[in-house]
Amino acid sequence: MKADPRGVLTGSHYIDGDFACCEGALAAGCRFIAGYPITPSTEVVERFARRAPLVDGALFIQMEDELAASIAIQGAVWAGKKAMTVTSGPGFSLMMEHIGLAAMTETPCVFVDVQRGGPSTGLPTLPSQADMMQARWGSHGDYEIIALCPNSPQESFDLTVDAFNLAEQYRVPVMLMMDECVGHMMERVVIPSADKIEVTPRRFTKLPPGEYLPFKPGEDLVPDMFKAGDGYRLHVTGLTHDFRGYPAMNPEVQEQLVHRLVNKIRLNAPKIWRYEETGVEDADVVIVTFGITSRVAVEAIDIARKKGIKVGMLRLIVVWPFPEQRIFELASQGKALVVAEMNYGQVFYEVDRSARGKAPVVLAGHGGGTVHNIEDVVKKIEEAYRCRS
Amino acid sequence: MTQAFGPEARGSACSAQVIVADGAIRYPYVKRPQVMVIMSQEAFTKFSPELDPNGMILIEEELVDAKGLPPTVRVFGIPATRIAEELGRKVVLNMVMAGFFAAVSGLVSKDAMRKAVETSVPKGTEGLNLLAFEKGYEYGLGKVQAQ
Repeated sequence: MKADPRGVLTGSHYIDGDFACCEGALAAGCRFIAGYPITPSTEVVERFARRAPLVDGALFIQMEDELAASIAIQGAVWAGKKAMTVTSGPGFSLMMEHIGLAAMTETPCVFVDVQRGGPSTGLPTLPSQADMMQARWGSHGDYEIIALCPNSPQESFDLTVDAFNLAEQYRVPVMLMMDECVGHMMERVVIPSADKIEVTPRRFTKLPPGEYLPFKPGEDLVPDMFKAGDGYRLHVTGLTHDFRGYPAMNPEVQEQLVHRLVNKIRLNAPKIWRYEETGVEDADVVIVTFGITSRVAVEAIDIARKKGIKVGMLRLIVVWPFPEQRIFELASQGKALVVAEMNYGQVFYEVDRSARGKAPVVLAGHGGGTVHNIEDVVKKIEEAYRCRS
Repeated sequence: MTQAFGPEARGSACSAQVIVADGAIRYPYVKRPQVMVIMSQEAFTKFSPELDPNGMILIEEELVDAKGLPPTVRVFGIPATRIAEELGRKVVLNMVMAGFFAAVSGLVSKDAMRKAVETSVPKGTEGLNLLAFEKGYEYGLGKVQAQ
């Protein structure tokens, strides 16, 4: 279906990635944000708090902490709203428990992490990309989520819309993994008219109460939902539960439920994967990168190409689930891989694993605080090229 | 545009960087600024070494002593604070500087700058801000003609 025009600020804007994220949420139909503002994500909720009264029933609540924020949004979702929360590293750590709850209860919602330097309170006002593995498996137990990485304010808008759509389609918490640089960078953001924005509606059941089982999956392994107050029996629990939603703590139900939570993402992964390839076909070296680092990588590629090394780029737009098949194909073609990320090896290990020894994989790591030095990335390209030959 | 956040935004030397390009902007930060607008001595000390030797520096001339620059750098000064005070509100000194920048750098058309001022200042203050912009612009034109 198309977006509700009441939430869409159509036009050309000069705004930062945080503001663009807020507008993306409103365009996608988000009408509830609970948050505990933290640098460098504060501007998302600042704008939402200002905009909410102007948009059909939208509401922002500042909660007492991140645990409260990340559970309040799930209450809103079960009451029928689309909802998200917004944070940065330290707050993201506190939200882990409820990300697990959202995964277990299949609550469609969006978590935005504007990544800053860590560990702990680290660098509040400066960028990193070091929460990538935490986004994937930071909560206990076995589950899969979806994570997207924008590299510009425009993409912050676009991918926030996509994050909501994916959350509804697969009934998972979706992570929008921004970073301080994109979050605070101002660029032109074009917001199309509402009839040009596709919005995935909630998959409400068509079965009447009595016949409907809230956790019985459809063919795509995702169950349909219902809304509190519509006459269905509502029981949502973090305990292992049967199709009715009631606790059933035995290995058979655990196997059925948890295996499905993992498989609904893994088996649908080819439909979720999204990456952009540039100059990969004739390349001897391919940089695998994402988010703001991809913009630095382009500069490094230009320099390396001038030095005679054929370099291409695979930019991950969806980082989780990870496109391991494509990495294996590239490695099998003998292309050396450089992984450029603002951390000391997170996505790198996934690339290395997926290459299965078919090609050298080199890490272009960085501790965060600013983006990579271009020359450092060029050196890693040269190193990978030498390893290959 | 990127800008310094954190404690800098609350009183210490802070900065904002703008890249203007016809094509896509990739690397997000300015590596070697060609035009620099400096409003305090502390900012001059901290940021002026980054300036392109063939670049241009615009200073608040009563607050900044622009010494030690390479001789190839073109320096333009304006008493922006004093002009703003004469208009009745010291806070519009940044608009005086914006007008000065438009006239001296020629990077952005006067009309586009006026529109930007009109649409970015609080409602009800457009008149004062545009007046401040015009004062800075006129001062800038005078400086350019004098050179």
